[in-house]
Amino acid sequence: MSPHPASENSGIWKLIFGRLDWSSLPLHEPIVVGTFLMVALGGAVVLGLVTKYRLWGTLWHDWFTTVDHKRIGIMYMILGLIMFLRGFADAIMMRLQQAMAFNGSEGYLNAHHYDQIFTAHGVIMIFFVAMPMITGIMNYIVPLQIGARDVSFPFLNNFSFWMTTAGAVIVMMSLFVGEFARTGWLAYPPLSGIAYSPGVGVDYYIWGLQIAGIGTLLSGVNLVATIVKMRAPGMTMMKLPIFTWTSLCANVLIVAAFPVLTAVLALLSLDRYVGTAFFTNDMGGNPMMYVNLIWIWGHPEVYILILPLFGVFSEVTSTFSSKRLFGYSSMVYATIVIALLSYLVWLHHFFTMGSGASVNSFFGITTMVISIPTGAKLFNWLFTMYRGRIRYELPMMWTVAFMLTFTVGGMTGVLLAVPPADFVLHNSLFLIAHFHNVIIGGVLFGLFAAINYWWPKAFGFRLETTWGKRSFWLWVVGFWVAFMPLYVLGLMGVTRRMRVFDDPSLQIWFQIAALGAVMIAAGIACMFIQFAVSIKNRAALRDTTGDPWDGRTLEWATSSPPPDYNFAFTPVIHDGDAWADMKKRGYQRPLIGYAAIHMPSNTGTGVIIAGLSVAFSVGMIWYMWWLAGLSFLAILAVAIGHTFNYKRDFTIPKDVVERIEGERSTLLAAKG
Amino acid sequence: MSAHDHDTHAGTHGTMGSYMIGFGLSLLLTAIPFWLVMDKTFANPQVTAFIIMGFAVVQIVVHMIYFLHMNTRSEGGWSMMALIFTLVLVVITLSGSMWVMYHLNANMMPHMEHDMSQMP
Repeated sequence: MSPHPASENSGIWKLIFGRLDWSSLPLHEPIVVGTFLMVALGGAVVLGLVTKYRLWGTLWHDWFTTVDHKRIGIMYMILGLIMFLRGFADAIMMRLQQAMAFNGSEGYLNAHHYDQIFTAHGVIMIFFVAMPMITGIMNYIVPLQIGARDVSFPFLNNFSFWMTTAGAVIVMMSLFVGEFARTGWLAYPPLSGIAYSPGVGVDYYIWGLQIAGIGTLLSGVNLVATIVKMRAPGMTMMKLPIFTWTSLCANVLIVAAFPVLTAVLALLSLDRYVGTAFFTNDMGGNPMMYVNLIWIWGHPEVYILILPLFGVFSEVTSTFSSKRLFGYSSMVYATIVIALLSYLVWLHHFFTMGSGASVNSFFGITTMVISIPTGAKLFNWLFTMYRGRIRYELPMMWTVAFMLTFTVGGMTGVLLAVPPADFVLHNSLFLIAHFHNVIIGGVLFGLFAAINYWWPKAFGFRLETTWGKRSFWLWVVGFWVAFMPLYVLGLMGVTRRMRVFDDPSLQIWFQIAALGAVMIAAGIACMFIQFAVSIKNRAALRDTTGDPWDGRTLEWATSSPPPDYNFAFTPVIHDGDAWADMKKRGYQRPLIGYAAIHMPSNTGTGVIIAGLSVAFSVGMIWYMWWLAGLSFLAILAVAIGHTFNYKRDFTIPKDVVERIEGERSTLLAAKG
Repeated sequence: MSAHDHDTHAGTHGTMGSYMIGFGLSLLLTAIPFWLVMDKTFANPQVTAFIIMGFAVVQIVVHMIYFLHMNTRSEGGWSMMALIFTLVLVVITLSGSMWVMYHLNANMMPHMEHDMSQMP
């Protein structure tokens, strides 16, 4: 958006296109134009291939409209991986800029562009990489672990996914049409208010997050209901697999925290659209209230991200140590305590705003208290490994890397929790290094462990290890090389979000950090090569047993990939590690007595409403009120129309179940 | 999908009588605050505001009991637990925000603090 709207715009143009005009297209930014050409070319190739191989029908009927939690889980992962490439492109551009911009050099990014990049990097990595990927893993694994056929509300699940995708589309759109917010990833007012950010950037931010937030909230409701109501008979809460427990806590946090984000962004929208004064400097508004409210969501959000991965590490450690998890109940209570305490620490994000000694001490102490249950978890993992028969497969390697990396990140977190120290370190690169240390070391390493661990379950073949190990070493070493210099720089007082630097003695540290980012880029490349090589060699890597790692929980009891109905017979649970217990007691798969299975039907309503939500957001962002109004009415109409859809379910006939299970029996017998 | 999974819906449906009691109580709890405002029963509007908030809290309880049919046993105790959890979080959020904002206002906005105390 140009700060000076073209004056030749006539009234009718404004009525139709609102704020949009030719100057909104970033044609003067060669980097953006180049990116656009590459994306357009890549997109055209993909669309062409889909058309050439006649995949549109498959895509629509088997994927876009599916209500199968497994397919939706995979789509979440694909969304997360695509957005990860965008988020990482932003990251490496920042590293390059900061390594260059010394000795009078301005680097290669202008301030307008650079400010959008650091905002987009944060927003995308948290909301459109970490959140979709953890939701994807939970979606895929939780129903399998509790012996269910699907989630509680299968249509809602599809709808949630498409709303998240719609949010991602809105954020991506800002790259080529208009601009993105230049406010930092939480868009603090008054900078994000209409007075200081009159363009469309903050509006893209608001609507992207609001639309995606609906998806996140609904998927949280869905998974809580699933875990509470759909456990297999005999699976009491204290026999729940630990990953499901951590998912439950994370989803309860989602349900409790996301409405706060929605509300605070709605108040900011009112400030921007209708001239209220909640967070303005004048008229009795108070920007500090925004900071307070957004961190009431923001801190639980951090635990929403890490808790499910704590579950993944628990499952992986136990499986690859061939041992029951050490201290299961202490692990459960630690998870619950972390979930509760995550609501009592939000002020540590703004110690320096000036609440005074009493408030700061309270929140400093609660923050330090959280490290106790977290530390207990770490010792539980170590004791699980102790005297276990450890197999260093890729998931276990990522877990060990996590333990080492995350511990350092946790300790720097405790340093930051000391309010006087925070007055020195606040907003410095030390903070940046700290949270990348816990988010990369915890969330990303956890996701990579989960991908390597559950890939065979999802696709029926393992990921190959050579490229996996290359990726692992490049990532882990690259992480340390990229972020340790930031700790050093932070201690020297360098603040975050800087574009150019005056002190030439700092440059070497930024150059080391850039080298680390390049190593991470190579690690990402190796990961995608690992996927490609594995898909190519899938026959050799095939898993016919459904249980390639000698697993302990129910998802390994069914075939890889599981049939649409997951389990032909609902399993009955006697012990915490249900599948390990079944194997120990010599479980025989039942071969007769199959029955027809009742399943939910696919529906395109989710895709349609999400598409209309994008149109609505575009209308709101660009002030095309007719578009916003019409698409809002259309959303209501489609939603009401969907309630009259009575073709909600179908039955898989008995002979189809018999055929599918018979094929599995043949596979199992062939393996010997 | 889940229709056959769980069965206990005991007490999830009220009777005509219980709905009428709930309806009557809701009307009463709405009418009294309305009358307090219209009639200006209390000279100090702040007193009126607090009393209305008290009525609102009672109103929430009435809705939960008579319309949402919540009690300590419904859904195997899960509703009660969810309610307690929600209350804990709401109390933390509200009291914490008031505490934090009071200190922020006192420390960072000394002039405004004075003005704020004059506001209704």
